[in-house]
Amino acid sequence: MTYLLVALGAALGAPLRYLTDRVIRARTGSDFPWGTLAVNVAGSALLGFLAALPADGAPMALLGTGFCGALTTYSTFGYETVRLVTEGRRTRAALNAGGSVAAGLTAAYGGALLATWI
Amino acid sequence: MAASGKLTAGLGSRDMTGRKGEAATLGAVAAGGAAGAVARYALTAAFPHPPGTFAWATFGINVAGCLLIGVLMVLITEVRRAHPLVRPFLGVGVLGGFTTFSTYVADVREALAAGAPLTAAAYLAGTLVAALAAVTAGVLLTRAMFRRRT
Repeated sequence: MTYLLVALGAALGAPLRYLTDRVIRARTGSDFPWGTLAVNVAGSALLGFLAALPADGAPMALLGTGFCGALTTYSTFGYETVRLVTEGRRTRAALNAGGSVAAGLTAAYGGALLATWI
Repeated sequence: MAASGKLTAGLGSRDMTGRKGEAATLGAVAAGGAAGAVARYALTAAFPHPPGTFAWATFGINVAGCLLIGVLMVLITEVRRAHPLVRPFLGVGVLGGFTTFSTYVADVREALAAGAPLTAAAYLAGTLVAALAAVTAGVLLTRAMFRRRT
């Protein structure tokens, strides 16, 4: 049952990541990976919110492990960062790496704060 | 499963720009994402970590996923032309669903909340450094392997 909920959440989260990245890529026209940064920050905020509720069991499997887990990605984040380095854009690569971690953590604490307020 | 039906429906043509192709791509991402997430859940459930300790399972998942994306991207962009659904399924779907940024961030917060700032810092920086090294290793090893063979 838990596996089914994880799969279902991920089957929504992964396509949402793909569509978000495509829309942001088309709008910004930048070689900075704003799309991946956006989904990683949004997913970190939502997981921070869920963890602070606290949600567990079925809701956490569906929304946390499944949806947030698949909405966010480390492999694309890593690949895009390395690609910026190999293209000689070291500053952008460092900004992407440091910025993603800093924004993700801030978003997670923000999500948790929101959960304690409501 | 609806997603796999869409996947096979799209296999007849290589054109992924129409509505059918779009549905096939989204289906491939969804199916791959579900498979990757289930594998991640199985691994984290098999190797749980007590609060305040290093989250080895998620660390391993994220580093392994980064190694594999490096291998995959060289294979489908430099070694051979892949079917247009390979990258959505394996790259965006399976590896994207397998690896996770939200759990990585949550693990850092958990270690900090458990009063283990050194573990949090080691996990935060360790994952980042190992992940970037893994992508680079995946790219370079795959290139080296196919340069020798061709």
